[in-house]
Amino acid sequence: MFGLDKKDLTLLLVVALLTLLAPFILNPFPTGSGLAQFNAGYPDLMQRFVIFGIFAIGFNILFGLTGYLSFGHAAFLGVGSYSAVWMFKLLSMNIIPAIVLSVIIAGLFALVIGYVSLRRSGIYFSILTLAFAQMSFALAYSVLTPITNGETGLQLTLDDPRILGASATADGSIPVTNLFGLEMRSAVNMALGPWNFTFSAGYYVCAVVMLLAFYLAIRIFRSPFGMMLRAIKSNQNRLNYTGLNSRPYTLAAFVISGMYAGLAGGLMASMDPLAGAERMQWTASGEVVLMTILGGAGTLIGPVLGAGMIKYFENIFSKINDNVLHGWFAWMPDGIEDLTVTLIHPFIGKGWHLTLGILFMLVVIFLPGGLVEGGQRIMRLFRRRKATEDDQTKAKQPAE
Amino acid sequence: MDAILVQILNGLDKGSAYALIALGLTLIFGTLGVVNFAHGALFMIGAFCAVTLQRILNLSYETVDPDKTDFLGQPLKVKTPYVESWFGPDVGAAIIDWSVPLAILFAIPVMLIFGFVMERGLIKHFYKRPHADQILVTFGLAIVLQEIIKANFGANPIQTPAPEMLSGVATLMDGVVYPVWRIVYFCFAALIIGGVFAFLQFTTFGMVVRAGMADRETVGLLGIDIDRRFTIMFGLAAAVAGLAGVMYGPINAPNYHMGMDFLVLSFVVVVVGGMGSLPGAVLAGFVLGILESFASTTWATTTIPGINQIIIYLVAIIILLTRPRGLMGRAGVMED
Repeated sequence: MFGLDKKDLTLLLVVALLTLLAPFILNPFPTGSGLAQFNAGYPDLMQRFVIFGIFAIGFNILFGLTGYLSFGHAAFLGVGSYSAVWMFKLLSMNIIPAIVLSVIIAGLFALVIGYVSLRRSGIYFSILTLAFAQMSFALAYSVLTPITNGETGLQLTLDDPRILGASATADGSIPVTNLFGLEMRSAVNMALGPWNFTFSAGYYVCAVVMLLAFYLAIRIFRSPFGMMLRAIKSNQNRLNYTGLNSRPYTLAAFVISGMYAGLAGGLMASMDPLAGAERMQWTASGEVVLMTILGGAGTLIGPVLGAGMIKYFENIFSKINDNVLHGWFAWMPDGIEDLTVTLIHPFIGKGWHLTLGILFMLVVIFLPGGLVEGGQRIMRLFRRRKATEDDQTKAKQPAE
Repeated sequence: MDAILVQILNGLDKGSAYALIALGLTLIFGTLGVVNFAHGALFMIGAFCAVTLQRILNLSYETVDPDKTDFLGQPLKVKTPYVESWFGPDVGAAIIDWSVPLAILFAIPVMLIFGFVMERGLIKHFYKRPHADQILVTFGLAIVLQEIIKANFGANPIQTPAPEMLSGVATLMDGVVYPVWRIVYFCFAALIIGGVFAFLQFTTFGMVVRAGMADRETVGLLGIDIDRRFTIMFGLAAAVAGLAGVMYGPINAPNYHMGMDFLVLSFVVVVVGGMGSLPGAVLAGFVLGILESFASTTWATTTIPGINQIIIYLVAIIILLTRPRGLMGRAGVMED
């Protein structure tokens, strides 16, 4: 089905199931309970999970397949956001034209930047993309203020023209982003016993887009084009010696991954119609690198896992404070309890970046394949143990 | 003429910082072949060595002065730093005043040891891994170091003033007014750069290191333990970055992300200068610093708006596309 083999189809279906049921899965704790703060099932965060998932999937098409490490990918995300907000300002609050425009503009940007940057490889490529992204960031912050609104960030106002929509709603407020009338902000609450689940229209739009993007990524991974990209990663010289010009392929990969970033930026603006220059800063580019590596570069599901994990850390892990810790370790004797809390303190709350950095280093050092490789190793371990047990039982059987 | 001189001088202090960091980066790259994204963090740690020393020197005990009262009418508590009670008030105050230059002595051993530990403990295991992995692991290390500093010193910049004597402005010829500390910084940078080059050029150790940079394998075959020497070079590079940070404190108050801010630019500097070329790194550092200061003049910003923000990146892009090896790059470095 869908032109996928059985394994990929299973993966796609599992991902689809997980994203569509995310409001349940991410809300395992009853609302009133002490653990409710670990619930990640609120629309805002779930949207970020899938949007950064798209961003990371796109980055992975470039880095995971061709091995070109771009340190300036956030520029495309920022460009996408700006174009989407401009579409909301000028045309209408429908998200379709906004997202289409953001993908196209990001694609064009990627074409120009990629054309120049891909003339070099290795560290030079990383520095070139970094330089371009920092340039875009600096320009968006200063000179391009008429387009980007500088430090304040681009926002909707009441006197925007919005040719196909209304400048303001009947009660005089700024209209809300929508998909043919379905407002992105609308949500349905479902109380089920002590649990409270929120189903947001915005989340489901993002989720469907992400599934499409994921499907497309699988197709790219399995296509002859994808094989060509992998060949570039494993040995570009040999490819060149066989008479193949690899640049069109890398450029195509760069543009596709830029368009993914633009799509993520457009979606981000569709959920919350703002765009700021800080989305383009190189730390933001670094974040998507972290996500992809943490999850597992070159694997299909890895980047999505990584994106989810980092966003979960950023929003949930950072909320743990000393009081919560004291609550957890209350069963210990007082002195040890205080000691434990003091020991853990630097790693939680505002220190979540530290934990993330350490985790990232550990992954790079010991698990170059990321969390996915970790999972595979554990699986293999179990399988091997089972296999050896089987062998033993077989060996014990008397020969006939 | 004056205006040009002022811009060149303005460019020199930033250029010195770029040159020092780029020099360290190139030392590491040229010897060990490692792309060190944590180098900015080393610069920052150097700056925080100065902060730490300043705090240590300001450690004080409280005594109650019975003769005076504070504004609430209670006996006034007087804080006396220990150094003042040990060395007498005058010498003690002078020591505290000169805490930044003194921090050089403090930072050298700290940074050397830090460099050795970092190389032996982490970088050593990454020689055989691809450059992307080296970038990633040092990037992670940079985040960790930055967060540790943030957790201990807070997120706000901490003032580390220059000694009173060196903190004023000097009037140069033609009535050009210029902060003294920046001149000090430039001279200091020139001294360090000269020292590193002399060390590599005129000592036996330096000769072995240069030979190792040219052909590591052959030097190894000659029975020289090149790894140990390269480890020492890593420590030296860390010390250079740290000293650049120590002395930069009075120009820009140290904060935890100053390293990251400088890192991106220093990489651009290294690439413009030519990966693996020490003179190239120094030259590019000063050239880019001066270019940046020229681009910040009113004349430049009115002619091309925003040029001051992007000049360095623009130059880097042009250089990389026209002279792929940078200004003074060697053939065969990082070309795979």
